[in-house]
Amino acid sequence: MAAPAGRPKVTNMNHGFLRRYLFSTDHKTIGLQYITLSIFAAFVGIALSVLMRFHLVYPESRWRLLETLWPDGAPGGVMTPELYLSLMTMHGTIMVFFLLTTVPQGGFGNYFLPLQIGAADMAFPRLNMLSFWTTFLSFVVLCAAFFVEGGAPLAGWTAYPPLSAVGQIAGPGQGLGQTLWVLSIALFCIASLMGAINFITTTLELRTRGMSLLRMPLTCWGWFTTAIISLFAFGVLLAGGVLLLLDREAGTSFFLPAGLMINDKLLANKGGSPLLFQHLFWFFGHPEVYIAILPGMGAVSTILATFSRKPVFGYRAMIWAMLIIGFLSFVVWGHHMFISGMSPYSSIAFSLLTVTVGVPSAIKTFNWLGTIWGGSLRLTTAMLFALGFVSVFISGGLTGLILGQPALDSYFHDTYFVVGHFHMIMGVATVFAAFAATFYWFPKMRGRMMNETLGRIHFYLTFIGVYAIFIPMHFAGIAGNPRRYADFAQFDFLKDLSFLHKATTHAAFFTAAVQLLFLFNFLWSWWKGPKAGQNPWHATTLEWTLPSPPPEENFGHNPPQVHRGPYDYSLPGAPKDFLMQQEER
Amino acid sequence: MGLPAVAIPFLGKLILSTHTQPDTTWAGGGSPFAIGSKPLGMWLFVVSDALTFSTFLVIYTYARLSNPGWPSPFGPSSIAQATLMTFVLLTSSYTMALAVNAMKTGRRGRAVRMLLATVGLGLAFVGLHIAEWMHLIRVEGVTLAANPWNQPLFGATFFTLTGLHMAHVAAGVLYLAIVAAALSRNKLDAHDVETSGLYWHFVDLVWMFIFPLVYLMSAKL
Repeated sequence: MAAPAGRPKVTNMNHGFLRRYLFSTDHKTIGLQYITLSIFAAFVGIALSVLMRFHLVYPESRWRLLETLWPDGAPGGVMTPELYLSLMTMHGTIMVFFLLTTVPQGGFGNYFLPLQIGAADMAFPRLNMLSFWTTFLSFVVLCAAFFVEGGAPLAGWTAYPPLSAVGQIAGPGQGLGQTLWVLSIALFCIASLMGAINFITTTLELRTRGMSLLRMPLTCWGWFTTAIISLFAFGVLLAGGVLLLLDREAGTSFFLPAGLMINDKLLANKGGSPLLFQHLFWFFGHPEVYIAILPGMGAVSTILATFSRKPVFGYRAMIWAMLIIGFLSFVVWGHHMFISGMSPYSSIAFSLLTVTVGVPSAIKTFNWLGTIWGGSLRLTTAMLFALGFVSVFISGGLTGLILGQPALDSYFHDTYFVVGHFHMIMGVATVFAAFAATFYWFPKMRGRMMNETLGRIHFYLTFIGVYAIFIPMHFAGIAGNPRRYADFAQFDFLKDLSFLHKATTHAAFFTAAVQLLFLFNFLWSWWKGPKAGQNPWHATTLEWTLPSPPPEENFGHNPPQVHRGPYDYSLPGAPKDFLMQQEER
Repeated sequence: MGLPAVAIPFLGKLILSTHTQPDTTWAGGGSPFAIGSKPLGMWLFVVSDALTFSTFLVIYTYARLSNPGWPSPFGPSSIAQATLMTFVLLTSSYTMALAVNAMKTGRRGRAVRMLLATVGLGLAFVGLHIAEWMHLIRVEGVTLAANPWNQPLFGATFFTLTGLHMAHVAAGVLYLAIVAAALSRNKLDAHDVETSGLYWHFVDLVWMFIFPLVYLMSAKL
């Protein structure tokens, strides 16, 4: 081993700006880099969604700004369907990969996994730095698609062939834009695989004295399980991406069958199948949902316990539930393909497995409720967002059971019902967990408190806002409103829904504006927030034994000795209402 | 293609700088699998890479089963050459194992020699493989997108599968050469050689799937 036994590597703190803030190997700096990237990506994604919602209810309105930004995509200021689709593709891709995948694991996981297990850094610090910069490069490559000829791709974040595989002939953004998209995703896969290797090794190898697996906070279990899922999922998407790239650039036919006519032109390809890509994509794509939400589940468990002053109800059951969800995530991908031409027998198998996910999910939900049951609740902003997470997790999860039925899905598929469902369960739930984690850990990361009043206002408005956006979408879906359409005005059967869409759009404007409150709170508190102590929430896990912010070497030469589990709140006979993990009594 | 395969050994230096807790601090319930961070990291890489290769193999299987009249172009000389390549790669795994063993018993010089033998055998494999590719491309007229039997996926699956594997061998040759050079300058220890060995044996194992599934099943004897 590189470091001699008995002497931990303590990083030299006197390096210059570049080593310290840009090419740092310190997991805390890298965590903050991921968080910064995610916040930026989130606001880009929000801006795109606002433009889309605007176009949906005011399709005829002329807007000079659009023409300035996209001379080809919005001639005369009116958005073309192609531009709409490219905004949709970029919104989905940016949000799924660079917010929902990045901030829970790369951001908070990087910052707090080593701290919570009592380690000095991740197992492979330089690999960690490489992961971040690969992710960053991937983001740059993706955004470059906006600026190349033809603009951003149109094929959606799922990039189904044949449209994604045949090039420019399928639409303006399907040339170089789509190629950049595939490259970006391939880079993202590589970055995530490097991250997964790092997280698993760190969790298994670098725990401090007494930190057995069953004394780890559930946050660490969330990151650990997520890393395992990533390790299995991203390699498959990478293969799919490489083959898609070959279909596009080298003339192969992996995903292209014979006799394909695109825009009146017969393609020469033969032998492949677009369904093949769907299988590869969703073999990654379904686990991806859990990659996004499992770290949030861990954080929410910890936050609910801390602000209820009670141990997590059913700690072991929570771990088992996460591991079972992780396993099931790999055997349910077919439910995304019920209407793609799947044998009914396969559909039944996938359907059964899909509704099985409801069991561990219900275990988690009831354990969260059990955790707050009878507790002395402190409704801080972090707690409110954690409770909000449970709420949207239930609302979004229940519609998942509906969509898991092939008979119902054949109607709901490709309607707004699905849009409402996955935004609730994957988007809003994960973002709520990330907000909860931000308010909870900001004092540790910065040494200052965020403003609670502003935080609570932000929570309540966002909570109302997201329900106002996404619940009506379910009703639009039930009424048969298809998704991915740029314009509803020309369909008579959708006329009655125009009020619903208008309300949704205005709720979206409102909720997007409210997020500026968060940005303001974050930036203002970063410089001006009141000083936070070492342990402002009276929490139990190891990161709260360090100063805020923690020193670069974390625990340095004195790794802590852990004596107890992570959630010893309100222990009978204890002098105070919490015992930290390194306290003997 | 196979970028993690290229990237990770290339960035061997990155991997080689691990962060280790001092021995005295470990008590997290027994060292899992009784291995250090570096071999564990490599095992995890092997798992993810195995998934990528499996995907390629699944696609090959699908292409073969769903396209009737799949060609069988590998005559006796091709099969003989592929068998020779298999023999070379298996032998390289043997020399790799000898290198790991030599390092474990503290014989650094022997470990370097065995690593160099492995590098040589790896290069021989790549050379034979490129010769075979050239034969297919020039004589048989098989390319990535087209071939004389009008089965475009034959060339596509063949070149991607064997190409991904060849990229792994080439990256491994570079990786082992770096390890050998560092060893001869008294850097690195037995764990590092063991880690590189894990990678090499994995690449060898992948070929044990490719040889029967791609070559023997398409033999024209």
